[in-house]
Amino acid sequence: MNKLLNPARLALNAAVILMIFFILGPIVWLAVHAFTSNWQYPDLYPSGFTLHWWSQVFLDSALASAMKNSLITSPIVVLCSMIVCLPAAYAVGRIKFWGRRAFMIGIFSANSFPKIGLFAAIATLYYSLNLMGTFLGVIIIQLLGTIIYMTWIPAAAFAGVPRNLEEAARDAGASKFTVFRTITLRMALPGILVAIVMSFLAAFDEAQGTYLVGAPTIFTMPTEMYSLVQNYPIQVAAVFSILLALPSVLLLGLARKHIMGGQLADGFQLK
Amino acid sequence: MGLDLRGLKKTLGGRVIIDELDLRVTNGEMVSLLGPSGCGKTTTLRMIAGFLEVDAGQILLAGRDVTNLGPDKRPSAMVFQNYALWPHMSAAKNVGYPLKIKGLSKVQINEKVEAALELVKLIHHKNSRPGQISGGEQQRVALARALVQEPDILLLDEPLSNLDAKLREKVREDIRELQRRLGITTVIVTHDQEEALSISDRVAVMSAGKIEQFSSPRDLYLRPATEYVANFIGSINRFEGELQDGEIAPGSGVTGIRPEDLLISMSPVEGSQPGVVELVIPRGHFFEVVVIRRDGKFRIFTSENIPVAGDNVHVKIKRALRYRNGKLIE
Repeated sequence: MNKLLNPARLALNAAVILMIFFILGPIVWLAVHAFTSNWQYPDLYPSGFTLHWWSQVFLDSALASAMKNSLITSPIVVLCSMIVCLPAAYAVGRIKFWGRRAFMIGIFSANSFPKIGLFAAIATLYYSLNLMGTFLGVIIIQLLGTIIYMTWIPAAAFAGVPRNLEEAARDAGASKFTVFRTITLRMALPGILVAIVMSFLAAFDEAQGTYLVGAPTIFTMPTEMYSLVQNYPIQVAAVFSILLALPSVLLLGLARKHIMGGQLADGFQLK
Repeated sequence: MGLDLRGLKKTLGGRVIIDELDLRVTNGEMVSLLGPSGCGKTTTLRMIAGFLEVDAGQILLAGRDVTNLGPDKRPSAMVFQNYALWPHMSAAKNVGYPLKIKGLSKVQINEKVEAALELVKLIHHKNSRPGQISGGEQQRVALARALVQEPDILLLDEPLSNLDAKLREKVREDIRELQRRLGITTVIVTHDQEEALSISDRVAVMSAGKIEQFSSPRDLYLRPATEYVANFIGSINRFEGELQDGEIAPGSGVTGIRPEDLLISMSPVEGSQPGVVELVIPRGHFFEVVVIRRDGKFRIFTSENIPVAGDNVHVKIKRALRYRNGKLIE
């Protein structure tokens, strides 16, 4: 039977095309809108292409400051998250202590409730601590969403480092700290990189809490989106969406090389 | 003295793993710790390397007390059962790691790494990652990484168990040859008696945290000091009672007869007793014959006078081992 006419294959191909359309469709729609001067129903084609919306975004002081805020807070949040969570991840991954499971499940379950309730409670606390509308307040709020990534993923990575690889290094004359630095940390690195990417995206993307705590003094890109959608032409929102997606794409692209590359795979080949 | 273990004791999880263990290995000697799993041989090795603290006793390496030193401070180098190569480093980086830790210059490291890899015939793989080379090659990298440290003692933990049978024999000979050439004191842990007997100067047979017998492979086989060793090394026909006029007679103690110490013939010879062949099993270069005599059932290894099942034959006991309370008396 002709392969192309095989009904099962036809159905599969149709499903794939539908999925591609479903996933890429909105992105293409956004991308086109970001460069069109005007494109409204029932026009079949945009009336013209322009970079006007891009310049409007970059020249608008509110939008520019939101971008600046996002690019400053997210890395700081990730850094703080690493400082707080990585030692905890190591402890949980490597040391058997009482309440270890409860700790891990606790972190997990804190993320399984709608966060808006949590944020409302935090807001009252913030008022008494004078953290409302402050940079520090926003950092702390965004930190919350990264904790689960920065503990669970590195904990698994640390737990996955075979003990005898560390013993071999000790046997070779390395001190405990050197072993940690050159073997343990190095081998957990792919997991930590994944955690960094996920945390960055979580922080960069965080809108609910940031809006509640930061507005009206501090706006980041996602919170600025709210006013943008209401107050600007649709094309500006499209430009902003693309800018919002850019760090994720860049980070994933960079991480892919390290995470998917040979090293992690090599690690799994050894028993 | 290469290695001196004095009264070692280790209890893990409430269970006595090692009980009052003494072992003296002379310089340049190759010694096997042989025993079934759970006998404490690996625990002993890990205590020598420093990965486990001793509960009591002393460990002397090259005359120096190292009992309280960490593994990084001991002049020992270990080859792990699964090689424990660092997957993110090339073969050369793996071998060079101990030297880098020691603070040697790049030029010196390079030189020594090349020499070590040359020694194990892996120089062509120096830039390969562990994941890219075969198990046998990984094992040689691990060996090179141990040798490059120029240790006073080399520790091998079941080094051949992850290799296939053909390769095992070759690597075994390679290790033995290298060990002889370098004259390095070596302790090897194994559960494979053939491996232990063929590679070592002396073998320590362990059971339940104690050394049952520590002697040359030849003595171990010909004069097993305890019933346990006689059973563990090779095969044995075991009878309750003692030997009288070429026959097992009721008596105290235990008599053990190696299957090759029994002579089978079609007609009576001096000291033989008649019996009936129950079973004949071809075992390659010899035959295993099971004969029932009136004093018991005998397993015999022979390569001549091969009967068939049901034949009437005569069996003579050439040599027997006598044990009382589990110990060899003659």
